[in-house]
Amino acid sequence: MSTTMNDTFLDDNANIPEQAVGAPFSDDAKIAIRDVSVAYADKKAVHEVDLDIGRNEVIAMIGPSGCGKSTFLRCLNRMNDTIDVCRVTGSIKMDDIEINDGKLDVVPLRARVGMVFQKPNPFPKSIYDNVAYGPRIHGLANRRSELDDIVETSLRRAGLWNEVKDRLDQPGTSLSGGQQQRLCIARTIAVSPEVILMDEPCSALDPIATAKIEELISELSNNITIVIVTHSMQQAARVSSRTAYFHMGRLIEVNPTQQVFTNPDHQLTEAYITGRFG
Amino acid sequence: MDSLHLDQHISHQFNEDLELLRTKLLEMGGLVEDQLRDAVKAIETADGGLAEKVRKTEDEVDKREMELDRESITVLARRQPAASDLRLVMMVTKATRDLERIGDEANKIAKMAQALNEEGGDPGRGYVELRHLARNVIRIVGVSLDAFARYDVEAAMEVVRGDKQIDTEYKTAVREMITYMMEDPRAITRVMNIMWALRALERIGDHARNIAEHVIYLVHGTDVRHTSISDIEKALQQKS
Repeated sequence: MSTTMNDTFLDDNANIPEQAVGAPFSDDAKIAIRDVSVAYADKKAVHEVDLDIGRNEVIAMIGPSGCGKSTFLRCLNRMNDTIDVCRVTGSIKMDDIEINDGKLDVVPLRARVGMVFQKPNPFPKSIYDNVAYGPRIHGLANRRSELDDIVETSLRRAGLWNEVKDRLDQPGTSLSGGQQQRLCIARTIAVSPEVILMDEPCSALDPIATAKIEELISELSNNITIVIVTHSMQQAARVSSRTAYFHMGRLIEVNPTQQVFTNPDHQLTEAYITGRFG
Repeated sequence: MDSLHLDQHISHQFNEDLELLRTKLLEMGGLVEDQLRDAVKAIETADGGLAEKVRKTEDEVDKREMELDRESITVLARRQPAASDLRLVMMVTKATRDLERIGDEANKIAKMAQALNEEGGDPGRGYVELRHLARNVIRIVGVSLDAFARYDVEAAMEVVRGDKQIDTEYKTAVREMITYMMEDPRAITRVMNIMWALRALERIGDHARNIAEHVIYLVHGTDVRHTSISDIEKALQQKS
């Protein structure tokens, strides 16, 4: 029986595969990612990823810190553009458009592909204006009453309406952490996105607030595709229908979540989710 | 051989928790194996004292079943195991139940031994069949525990095949018993007791097969319950 960690657990089977094992492709892809790599200056952070994100699925990205999962997520709405030295190559097709096309206007893209971050980041404005901001700049409402409707509907869908309906004029920052995160989700859904990217949306929240966000994720997934990066394996297991495992910038395995957590195909996935290496 | 690498978690405590489950299951298995051997021997040798010992061991087996369930629930609650760790914990809770049932069946055999002993008289008819079936059943129970101890799928398959063989032998033995009863109606009570013991042995074979199936699930993640032997072999070939 072996006693050292590197000794036998990661044998030949643990080699990084050429292409992700399992089921990385989908019959009904919302976003088709082909040969996508990301480099920060000379350092490659994501290597040749091929993956389909299915329409209205919740897909979880898991992997150790620095494995490239957040960098990869940020490719999907061109957030990496904000980093000068970052270069994304390959093709990311969402329905009809090529996301990774330098000529594409990112403003409408980011309305179609919204994002929720780790730390809730409400604007320093009222609760109402936080939600109304997007519809206003995208010209989604012609009259005040239409805007009121969008704000109410979005806050209701985010499960926040009953808690804030009497104080819509108060600053968004006056809410609790969990409420702020739901406000950010309301702000995102106010512009009717087709995809929402979530980068560890619950890592700053307590279990009750986390449960509310997870419940929200499952409701939103009726008509929105959700890609969630999480460090919590239990969260990935609870909310997603497929799970993708990243390791050192490579996509190792994509499989139905149930399979990943009971009988993963790749040894690196197994080692990570069972806590066998750090 | 430790193909599951239970000792390689970052958390040493987790390693120890899982190892404890494994050891305790094997200990319980050893206890039940002894119980089964003693029960069969009690019939063969008309040893009332040994039969009594089997019946007393049952309390200990029940205690261990509860203890293992408690430990398993603790691991589930505290560690939220995944993949092979999760399969191990599930396997332990299921195999514990099978072992406890084997203990129950051994206990029934011990009861028959006591009944036969109290009746006295000619020990002749049915004993050959009983001894033969018992030898095979004891063997596959042992192999099923070895299969678990070594995560050995080949040994598990030996149990699955062995159980099928036992089912056939059981049917043959039952036919023999019916013949004995028809030939000599005065022996009916006596032969019925042997029949009950044969039935208990056949059930024990089923539980050994269950344990072997849990081992295959543990090692490969493939659920092979309610599956024909040839389909199991096909599934395992795809895995290897």
